[in-house]
Amino acid sequence: MKLKQLEGLLGGLTQFPAPKVELEQYPTGPHIASRMLYTVSAATCVPPPIPMPFPALLREGRMLSFSSRDGFGMRSVQGFVCDASGIMELGAAATNCSFVVADFGCGCGTLAVASALLDAEHVIGIDVDPQALELAQENAADLEMDVDLIWSDIKNLNLKGILVDTVVMNPPFGTRKKGADMEFLSMGLKHIKKAALRDCNAISAEVLCELRYDLPQTYKFHKKKEVDIAVDLWRFVPNARRSS
Amino acid sequence: MRLLTHNMLASNVRGATTGYPLKLEAAKWVTKEVELNADFIRGLLPKIDWRALVAATRALGLPELLPEEQPAEEEIFAEGAAEVEGSAIRRIHHALLEIHVQEGSLVCPDTSRCFPIDKGIPNMMLHEDEV
Repeated sequence: MKLKQLEGLLGGLTQFPAPKVELEQYPTGPHIASRMLYTVSAATCVPPPIPMPFPALLREGRMLSFSSRDGFGMRSVQGFVCDASGIMELGAAATNCSFVVADFGCGCGTLAVASALLDAEHVIGIDVDPQALELAQENAADLEMDVDLIWSDIKNLNLKGILVDTVVMNPPFGTRKKGADMEFLSMGLKHIKKAALRDCNAISAEVLCELRYDLPQTYKFHKKKEVDIAVDLWRFVPNARRSS
Repeated sequence: MRLLTHNMLASNVRGATTGYPLKLEAAKWVTKEVELNADFIRGLLPKIDWRALVAATRALGLPELLPEEQPAEEEIFAEGAAEVEGSAIRRIHHALLEIHVQEGSLVCPDTSRCFPIDKGIPNMMLHEDEV
């Protein structure tokens, strides 16, 4: 599927009609969503310098995230966690890359649906808001994609085993509920059995590219019609020696 | 909710030791065909909990679908296994990806707490006193 086509399809999704400020519900626009998942697929898999003490079938985890560095002065990290060796090869004829993708805080399902459109074999979306889940279900059905949805608070989510290859998310910034962003990130990382945040001993961090997050005027306290937030897409390599 | 999702879900209720596997009680389910990706199924096999998967299929009233014991690797990796109707790999594919539970519940094995499934969405929200 071409990037433009993906972006077009995602543009047709229904977004929150009445976003809830306390949950920091913001739509993940089609521009950034399509580019984010394309970048995930294009990122090269660089093996870590230290051998990973895992059985052959487990794959190394990488954390890819982007952070906002705009005038709000907040340093919140948004991100997605990706299993590097299983990257989706877009446009490639042959692929052995199949995924179980989980979208934490899926909202209306943009990232989940995008993953399904890019041929993830099984996609799960988790959110705390049942109205958002209903919308996500509609959005998936509109594009004839299968997405399993779970109604759960992210901190109480208990997913067993190592079935989730990839976690994608556009989590809350943490402006309303302090530490909300870290809650999401730590759950994401937990679920691929790695701890790779800078504060938790990542062995490397690099910016892959800069993206622009076009945030439309969503809440009453937003003064501008639209704000373009420059975000960095980071890649963190976890320290394999520390267990999660 | 597919059985692949069920295979990963556990209860996090206070007092639960593992909260896994959740006992499936399905009131309504449907099947929806989806193309077999043999490599994907093969990759999943070492990671899924076979007992939990078999128990789920039995709970749906499909005792013949999967054997009690996980099929041997040779059977799954055999050349052309994917093409054979009724082969192990096709059955596993069917169980994991083609069954969609729409109404029912998931029961915590330790606390007996019941998580309802409505319109295919399991409600795993905990009450304040369960956290």
